[in-house]
Amino acid sequence: MSTSLGLYRPGTSPVHRTPAGVKLAVVVAAGIGSVFVRTPAVAGVLLAVVLVAYTVARTPPGLLWHSVRPLCWVLVPLMVFQVLTAGWARASVIVGVIVTLVLLANLVTLTTRTTELVDVVVRLAAPLRFLGVDPERVGLVLNLGIRGVPLVLELATEVREAQHARGQAASARAFAVPLIVGALRRSDEIGEALAARGFDD
Amino acid sequence: MLIEVDGVSHVYPGGVEPVVRDVVVRLDEHRIGIVGANGSGKSTFARMLNGLVVPSAGTVTVDGLDTRGHGREVRKRVGFCFTNPDTQIVMPTVREDVAFGLRRRGLTKEEVAARVDEALARHGLGGLADHPAHLLSGGQKQLLALASILVTGPELLVMDEPTTLLDLRNTRRVADLVTELPQQVVLVTHDLDLVAGFDRVLVFDRARLVHDGPPDEAVAFYRELMA
Ligand SMILES: Nc1ncnc2c1ncn2[C@@H]1O[C@H](COP(=O)(O)OP(=O)(O)OP(=O)(O)O)[C@@H](O)[C@H]1O
Ligand SMILES: [Mg+2]
Repeated sequence: MSTSLGLYRPGTSPVHRTPAGVKLAVVVAAGIGSVFVRTPAVAGVLLAVVLVAYTVARTPPGLLWHSVRPLCWVLVPLMVFQVLTAGWARASVIVGVIVTLVLLANLVTLTTRTTELVDVVVRLAAPLRFLGVDPERVGLVLNLGIRGVPLVLELATEVREAQHARGQAASARAFAVPLIVGALRRSDEIGEALAARGFDD
Repeated sequence: MLIEVDGVSHVYPGGVEPVVRDVVVRLDEHRIGIVGANGSGKSTFARMLNGLVVPSAGTVTVDGLDTRGHGREVRKRVGFCFTNPDTQIVMPTVREDVAFGLRRRGLTKEEVAARVDEALARHGLGGLADHPAHLLSGGQKQLLALASILVTGPELLVMDEPTTLLDLRNTRRVADLVTELPQQVVLVTHDLDLVAGFDRVLVFDRARLVHDGPPDEAVAFYRELMA
C-alpha cells in the first residue's frame, strides 16, 4: 500500500544528520520567508537550493515526482488562473514557491525519523508541564496518530473491497458504518494492547 | 511463577450470564495450553491472568499479587500476546515499537538502543529496524509483537491465539519460538498440534473449566466433547 506521506529513508548524508529541530526551524522559516518572494529569479534559486539538498541527501528522483504529483490537480489550474489574471512572472513565483515548500517539507520527513520529529514537539511542549500537560504523553499521542493512519487506510480498503465483493454500489452510509465500527473495534484492541504493555498510567 | 485462580466467575458489564463460571485452578507448570469452543471463555480467562479483566467474583493471584489492585505490577511480570498483530503494534517503525515497552524503566538511550538491537537480531528482524511497522508481513508483525513483549523480560507470557492469522510457516516459527522460551507460557489456541508437547492442558466449555490434564488426554476429551 502506498500513501503520499513521505516515509523515512535511512541514510547518513549531512541532511540526515542535521538535527530535527534545525530542519523543522528551516521549514517554518521558509514558510514565513516565502511571503516575501517577489521575482521568478529568487523563486528559482530557492527551488534550486532545495533540489541540491535532495541530491546531497541521495534521494531517488522518483520520490520528487511522487511528492509533487498529488499537487498537480491544484497547481495546474492555479498556474493557468494566475497566468491569465496576473501574468507569467507572478504565476511562476506562486507555483514555484508552493512546489519548493512542499518539496522542502517532504525532504524533512524523508530524512528524519518520526521519533526525532516527535521529540522536537515533546521538547517544545515542555513548558506546558506547568499547565499539567505531560509532554511525553503528547509525543505518544502523536506516534499513535501516525501509526493509526495506515491502519485506517487499510480498513477503508477492506470495507470497500468487501462491498465490491458483495456487488454493492458505492454508498456513503454502507461505507461509513463498517468503517466506524471497525475503527472503534480496532481502537479498543489497541487500548488493550497498550494496557498490556504497561501504558495504563 | 504460581498462578492461583480461586472461585472465579465473570460477567461482562451489561451481560447477564457469566462467561467464566466457578473456576478454581493452580497453575505453575512451564507450558500450559487452553483449548475450547468459540465463546467458551478462554480469552476472558487469559485476560484475567494479567489483570486486563478483573473477575466479578473470586480472586486471581499471580506470584502472590492479587490482580485486583495490583494490575500494574502483575502486568510488569506477565506479557500478553494478542491474535491480531496489527493492533498490538503501536509505534510507526519496528525499532520504535520494541523501544516502547522500555520507556520509564530508568534506562539510558544507549541501553535502550542496545536492548532493542539485541531483541531485533534474536527475532530475525535485525535488517528491518527502521522499516515502517505496517509494511511488514503478517508473520513478521507477530514476531515483532513478540519481540516487543519479550524485550521487557516478563516471567510469564500469555498468548491468545497467536497463530490464528498466520500461515503454516509462520505458525511453525512462532511455535518454535515458544518452545525455546525460557519463560513460563500460557497459550490459548484452536490448533491442537501446538499444545502437543505441553505439560498441562485446560479445556473450557460453556464458561466452565471442564477438563484439566496432560495434552493427549485433554485433546481426546475435547474431540469427544465436540463430536
Ligand atoms: N468485552 C466484552 N463485553 C461483553 N461480552 C464479551 C466481551 N468479550 C467477550 N464477551 C463474551 O463473552 C463470551 C466468552 O468470550 P471469550 O472471548 O472469552 O471466548 P473465547 O473462548 O475466547 O472464544 P473464541 O474461541 O471465539 O476466541 C462470549 O459470549 C463473548 O460474546
Ligand atoms: Mg478468544
